[in-house]
Amino acid sequence: MQSARPITPSTLSVTDLPWQIDWDKDACTLCGRCTTVCPVNAIELGVFRKRQLATAPSLVEKTETKFSVFYGIRQRTDPAYRCVGCGMCNMVCPNNAIKPVSKPEAITHRFHMNRGGQPRTRGGRRNTNESLLDQLKFIRISMLTDPALDAGRHEFELRTLLGRVQSPEQGLTAITENGWAPPVREIYPLVIGSMSFGALSPNMWEGLIMGVTYLNEELNMPVRFCTGEGGCPPRLLRSRFIKYVILQIASGYFGWDEIIRSIPEMVEDPCAVEIKYGQGAKPGDGGLLMWYKVNKLIAAIRGVPEGVSLPSPPTHQTKYSIEEAVAKMIQSMYMAWGFRVPVYPKISASSTSMAVLNNLTRNPYAAALAIDGEDGGTGAAYNVSMDHMGHPIASNLRDCYLNLVKTGSQNELPLIAGGGIGKNGNLAANAAALIMLGASMVQSGKYMMQAAAGCLGTEGDRCNICNIGMCPKGITSQDPRLYRRLDPEKVAERLVDVYLGFDMEMRKTLAPLGRSTTLPIGMSDALGIADKDAAERLQIKYVV
Amino acid sequence: MCRLFALASREPVSPIVALNALNVMKEGHDGSGVGLFLHDLGGPFADMKDAPILSGIFTDEGLKRLDEFMHQLGFSPKYSLALTPQTAPPLGTPSRGTYLARAYDTPKNWATMTQEERELLLLSSRLELRYSGEEHQDMRVFSFWPDTIMLKEVGDPMAIAEYLGLDRPELAAGRILAQGRQNTNYAINLYACHPFFIQGVCTMTNGENTAFVPIREYLESRNITGYMGYQSDSEVFAHIAHYVTKKLGLGIEYYKHVITPLSEQELESHRDRERLLRIKQLCRKLIIDGPNCVIGCLQDKTMFMVQDRKKLRPGIVGGKPGIFAFASEVCGVNAAVPDRDQSQDFQPMYLDTAIVRPDCQEITICNQLDLLPRLH
Repeated sequence: MQSARPITPSTLSVTDLPWQIDWDKDACTLCGRCTTVCPVNAIELGVFRKRQLATAPSLVEKTETKFSVFYGIRQRTDPAYRCVGCGMCNMVCPNNAIKPVSKPEAITHRFHMNRGGQPRTRGGRRNTNESLLDQLKFIRISMLTDPALDAGRHEFELRTLLGRVQSPEQGLTAITENGWAPPVREIYPLVIGSMSFGALSPNMWEGLIMGVTYLNEELNMPVRFCTGEGGCPPRLLRSRFIKYVILQIASGYFGWDEIIRSIPEMVEDPCAVEIKYGQGAKPGDGGLLMWYKVNKLIAAIRGVPEGVSLPSPPTHQTKYSIEEAVAKMIQSMYMAWGFRVPVYPKISASSTSMAVLNNLTRNPYAAALAIDGEDGGTGAAYNVSMDHMGHPIASNLRDCYLNLVKTGSQNELPLIAGGGIGKNGNLAANAAALIMLGASMVQSGKYMMQAAAGCLGTEGDRCNICNIGMCPKGITSQDPRLYRRLDPEKVAERLVDVYLGFDMEMRKTLAPLGRSTTLPIGMSDALGIADKDAAERLQIKYVV
Repeated sequence: MCRLFALASREPVSPIVALNALNVMKEGHDGSGVGLFLHDLGGPFADMKDAPILSGIFTDEGLKRLDEFMHQLGFSPKYSLALTPQTAPPLGTPSRGTYLARAYDTPKNWATMTQEERELLLLSSRLELRYSGEEHQDMRVFSFWPDTIMLKEVGDPMAIAEYLGLDRPELAAGRILAQGRQNTNYAINLYACHPFFIQGVCTMTNGENTAFVPIREYLESRNITGYMGYQSDSEVFAHIAHYVTKKLGLGIEYYKHVITPLSEQELESHRDRERLLRIKQLCRKLIIDGPNCVIGCLQDKTMFMVQDRKKLRPGIVGGKPGIFAFASEVCGVNAAVPDRDQSQDFQPMYLDTAIVRPDCQEITICNQLDLLPRLH
C-alpha cells in the first residue's frame, strides 16, 4: 500500500470540483449501473476499508479494533475525469442513492483544464443565466378601444417571409411586366437552428425531420429546419421533404458534393440556402466535428475519410471579404437552383454586423440576414470562445432593424435572430420580444435539443460534452450504443408539443396587444424594460 | 368609441345634416371634438372648382403671415369664407381666431406645370404653413386643395356648429366626412383629429390601429412628401390609401387587399392568387391590425367603407340613387336619408369594401374573394 497519495500541482480533492457526487451507502444496491452509464467515467467502484471498535461487554474481554471492507462509489478527482453533473447516475439508480451536487464556488479545477497545453474545449453554451430578453415586458395592452382578442378563438396569422421582398413599386412593375422577382417563402417564424448531421445523432435528426414533416403536413404549420454544415442524407435530398429544409453551406463545404450531385434528381427545391460566416457561440471561429464522431455514415455524407477531426476553417478561404461573398457566393448558390431558392448569410452578432447588412441591402439577391447572438449553442468550441467572445443579440438586431428603417428597406431584407432564445425556458416570450425589436423570425437549436430530446445541458456548466460524442441522451453522439437511447418517434412527438405550446404562448402574447393580422415585426411600442440604459439603447420604453 | 358619418350626394348638402347624424349617434361618443371634410362644394365655391382652397384656423398675426407667404408663392386670393365667431366659444373650446376657407388663383407658371408638380406644390405649401404655424402658434392648416374645405375643433359638434355658423350655404358639399370626437390614444392635438387629408385623399377611422408604430416607420421611410404628422394612429389609413391609389396606381378594390390581406387558405382558391400573394408580401408593412372601420373619399369623389380583418367595429352604408350615407350606426343613416329602402342597407363584413362611385348611383360591394380589375 502506498504510504501517501502523490501530491502534484494538479492533484485535486473532491471539494475542488464543480460537481460532487452524493452517494448514499445505505440505499445503494451495488448494481453498478451508475458507473456504467457515466459518460466521463467520473465515478468508479470504490473499495473502502473501515475501522470498527468492538467494545467488550465485560471487563474480562478487551475492546478490539476490527477492520472491514465495503464497496461503493468513488468520485475521481483527476480534472480530466471530473463529474459533469449530467445526473445520468441518478437517472439509472433504482434507489435514488446517487446524485451530483453542484458547487459553483469550487473553481480550482479551472486552473488545470489545459493539460498538455490544450485549453478546455466543450460543447454547450455560454454558461450564464443572464438574459436581457427575459427582462423585456410587453406593456402595450389594448385597454381603451379594443375588445381584447381571444387567443383561443380568433384567427392569428403567425407567418413570416423568408426571401428578398422587393419594394412595392419594384414588385408591381415586376407583376405588370412579368419580370423576375426573388423567391419568397412564407414560413413559421420559429426556425430550428442549424445543427449538422454529425453534430447530431442520426436518431435525433430523424426525429426532428419527422416532427417538422408532421407539423407541415398534418398541422399546417410551415416549420423549417436548417441542416447546419454537414450535408444532408441522400434520400432526404431526393424526397419531397427537402422543401422543409434550409441547407447550410459553410467554409468546410461538408456534404456539398453530394448536394450538388443530387440537384438534377431533386423533386422539390429546398426552402433556402444559408451561408454560414459566423456562429454566435464562437464568433470568428470555424465549426468543428471531433474525430470521435466521424464514423462511417458521417464520413460518407460529408465526403471525408473516417475518424479524422473535421474543422471548418474560420474563414471562407476563397473569399477576401463579405462584399465578395455577397457577390459570388449568393449568386452562385442562386444559380444552382435556377434563381428559385432564397440564399442568405448567417453571421455572428458583432459590432461589424451593420457593415454586412449595408452590403446585403445593396445586393438585390440577398434573401435575408441571420444574426446569431453570443448566447447561441455549439457542439464544440474552445471554452474561451464560448464564454468571452460575441455580442448580445438584442442591441445588435435592434441596430440592424433601425438601420433598415432608415433606408426604408425594413420589409425587403428579413432579419433572422438567434442566440439565447429560450435559454431560461421562455421561448415564446423571448421570440416575441425579438420580433418586436425587428426580427422577421427567430431560430433556436439548443432549446429544441433540450425540449424535444431532453438534452441535460444547462447554463450552469452541466454536461456540455457534446464535443466528445458521449452525449448520455444520445442526442449528439454517433455511437449506436448511446443514440439508441433516443427514440426518433418520441423526439418528433416532443417537437410537435414544443411548437404547439409555442404557438399558443405566442397567441397569448399577441392577443392582449391587439395583434393578430400580421406578425408584429418592429412593434417596439409594445416593449418596456426596467433598465433605463437598456431602454435608451433599444429605443423602447423605460418602465418601473 | 368614435362615431363616424359620411355622405355622398349628387346635390350639395349642408354639413349640418352630417353633424345632426353624428348627434343622433351621440350615445356612443363623447362629443369632444369635430372634424369635417367637405368636398365637391356648392355655393360660391361651385364656380371655382379648380381653384385650390386653403382651410385652417388663423390668429390675426397668422392671417398676415399667410398673406405674405401665399403672395411669395404666387397664389392670389380669389374668394374667402371667414368664420369669425362673435360669441364666446362653447365650454372647453379655446378661442382661436378666424376659421378660414380661401380660394386662390394659381401662380403664373401653373399652366406649364404637370399635374404631379401642381399637386406637390399644393402639398408642400400646406406643410410649410403648418410647420411655420406650429412654430409661431398662429396658424393651423388642414387642407390646401381644389374644391375642398376642412375644419377641426375641440368641443361638442353641435355647439361648434352653432358657434361657427356651419349652416351657411357656402359650406354645402356633395361629399362630407364628419367625426365627433377628439383623439384618445395619443396626446390631444388638433392635427390628431380625424379626418386626415393628403392630396385629395381623405379618411377617418373608428378604432385603434395596433400596428401603428411599424406602419408609421414604414411610411416615413418612403421619402414621400406629406407622410408626416402621425399624432394619431389613424392617420396612417389616409396615407396608405394615398400610397395605394396615387403612388402605386391601384384601384380602391386593392386597398383592403393591402391593409387586411387574405389568409393563405383564402388565397389558395382565389383566381388572382399569384398577384394577391405578391401584393400581400410587397405591402406587408402596411397591414393594419386591431379593430378599425375606415371611411374615406378619394380624389375622384369615390367614397368607401372597409372593416378590419375581424370586423370588430360597426359600420353601415345606405341610401338611394343620388344620396348615400356611411355611418357607424343605422340611426345615423336614418337621420340623414330617412326615405330610403332600408332593405338595401349594407353592413360591410371582414372581406368587403363598400364603394359609392362618383355618379352616386348605387353601393358597389367588392368582396376580397372576387376577381380584381387587371393591373396596367
